[in-house]
Amino acid sequence: MTTTDAGLTPAVSAVEGERLTAPEPGSPRSGRRSRRAPTGGFTPYALLVPASIVLAAIVGWPLIQLLVTSMQEFGRAQVFGAPPAFVWFENYVAVLTDATFYEVLARSLVFAAGCVIVTMALGTAVALLLQRLPKGFRLLLSLGLLLAWAMPPLSATIVWGWMFDTDYGVVNHVLVNTFGLEQFTQHSWLIEPLSFFLVAGVIIVWGAVPFVAFALYAGLTQVPDEVLEASQLDGAGGFSRFRLIVFPYLKPIFLITTILQIIWDLKVFTQIFALQDIGGIREKTNTLGVYIYQVSIAGGDFGTGGAIAVITALILMSVSLFYIRRVVKEEEL
Amino acid sequence: MTATITPGVQVAGPAARARAPRTGRRRTRLATVGWSALSVVLFALFAFPVYWMVNTSFQPNNEIRGSEIHFWPDNFTLRNYETVLFDPGRTPFLPAAANSLIVTITTVAVALVFAFLAALAVTRFRFRSRRTFIIAILVIQMIPGEAMMVSIFRVIDGWHLLNTLIGLTIVYVATVLPFTIWTLRGFVNGVPADLEEAAMIDGCSRAGAFWRVTFPLLAPGLVATGVFGFIQAWNEFVMALVLNARPDMMTLPVWLRTFLVANGTTNWAAIMAGSTLMAVPVIVFFLFVQGRMTSGLVSGAVKG
Repeated sequence: MTTTDAGLTPAVSAVEGERLTAPEPGSPRSGRRSRRAPTGGFTPYALLVPASIVLAAIVGWPLIQLLVTSMQEFGRAQVFGAPPAFVWFENYVAVLTDATFYEVLARSLVFAAGCVIVTMALGTAVALLLQRLPKGFRLLLSLGLLLAWAMPPLSATIVWGWMFDTDYGVVNHVLVNTFGLEQFTQHSWLIEPLSFFLVAGVIIVWGAVPFVAFALYAGLTQVPDEVLEASQLDGAGGFSRFRLIVFPYLKPIFLITTILQIIWDLKVFTQIFALQDIGGIREKTNTLGVYIYQVSIAGGDFGTGGAIAVITALILMSVSLFYIRRVVKEEEL
Repeated sequence: MTATITPGVQVAGPAARARAPRTGRRRTRLATVGWSALSVVLFALFAFPVYWMVNTSFQPNNEIRGSEIHFWPDNFTLRNYETVLFDPGRTPFLPAAANSLIVTITTVAVALVFAFLAALAVTRFRFRSRRTFIIAILVIQMIPGEAMMVSIFRVIDGWHLLNTLIGLTIVYVATVLPFTIWTLRGFVNGVPADLEEAAMIDGCSRAGAFWRVTFPLLAPGLVATGVFGFIQAWNEFVMALVLNARPDMMTLPVWLRTFLVANGTTNWAAIMAGSTLMAVPVIVFFLFVQGRMTSGLVSGAVKG
């Protein structure tokens, strides 16, 4: 077994002293059992039927439909019954020669990259802090993290939107009255795309740091103290101890959380969409997920929307591939 | 650089770097005080938005639009909750909450049963295409709902299930199934098959052994997995927005959004009350299963 299982399976609860032992998928006995486990005839297939039907109907069939639609001229007329005409790759050509698409794509990539980097850096720092805190303070910080993590994304976006409100937002109020920054009187945060994404980034990072921090903290508790002490006696400084001993232990968790953050931040919908409702300019702040919605559901061009959706799915699948390979490698399937 | 990555080392400055045990201990104590202070600041930063939501929800609407900011609800009122719950002028809260509850609970119940059967199949039997099934589950989980919303909309429309609770429930079952199967698979694996075999030697049938021995041991896993699914379905926004936009068929997230569309005249106090009502069940459930959340998320990749 690789180190990941050591790092991930015994999930350390944020509550001090409570250590939940999650199931151990890759225990050594699974190899032994695999020889003994019955093939079961038809039983396993029968057990898989309900789940397979639902997934085929709601994932498989729409996926085929999506591919077909993306190659059709499918606008409002077709929604109301006109037979769609096949245009093959015309939609793709249209999307890939459209400057707006590249704007949206670049915006999504840059925004996701920024969110992922900040989230991972802060998450690591918080995990290391958690490790150094006395019990009571660790509990306190964990509580704060859990509150942020537990907030439904839509509620979170609305609350932050209210905090950044132009006239009555607490952020402007504090900036003006506490820090004396008069330029923030009635400052409108969402109207400028750049500060719109700053606010969106704050919401996303705020909600994502807890997960990264807890996952890495769980990994940190697995690093044996003796090894650290020995290296300290050998004269290793704090940074080299982190680089040479702690980081290798954390690497698998680091990798998986980073990949997940990339996937989530690339396809972000709720936060951007709701912030646009509160006061952003849609054309200047669309990201891939929201753009698909705008083109197809709101704009009624399902063909082009389908092509954008397929391209988005391909981009995300290529990132996901790392995640899936990693998981398949670690879990003895 | 070192200050952020390995806290505890540089705080006391170069002078304290000497190895003498006394200064070392003092330095450690000083560092602990420093980190504790920092943790209080961080706690405040992370918890503040949640506090601000609750704080605003208890203030009179005209007051939150005043020139003063109230960091504490000095004129405590329940008016906003009243507005949200009973105001006849708005799309009402209660039907939306009922829709959310019905869809979420049905989703969790159905997904747990289906996933449980599938988890049994992949953990207790070796059969052809078992590995393929598990990998397919992982792949499906990674297909973005945002990319699929158009075609799912058309498929559900084709079945005449737009703006129905059944349609949304079916979609949610498919959404939570992959990670439910994946997590339950882990829990079933955690119960040694030897236990069942022992029961079978004692005369139980295979199904009986499973039902009497393994199932009780799985109860905590089923609860945790069910709660994950609940939170996911309760918070889901994109599909609900696309599939159930009709006022009487909205779920809570879509309902909450209707407050924002009336731009400029947003009743912030009321929307904070609504947000609080929507967030409270999730926060309670979340605190309940948080220990398993981290490992569940890393292996199951929920959320989003």
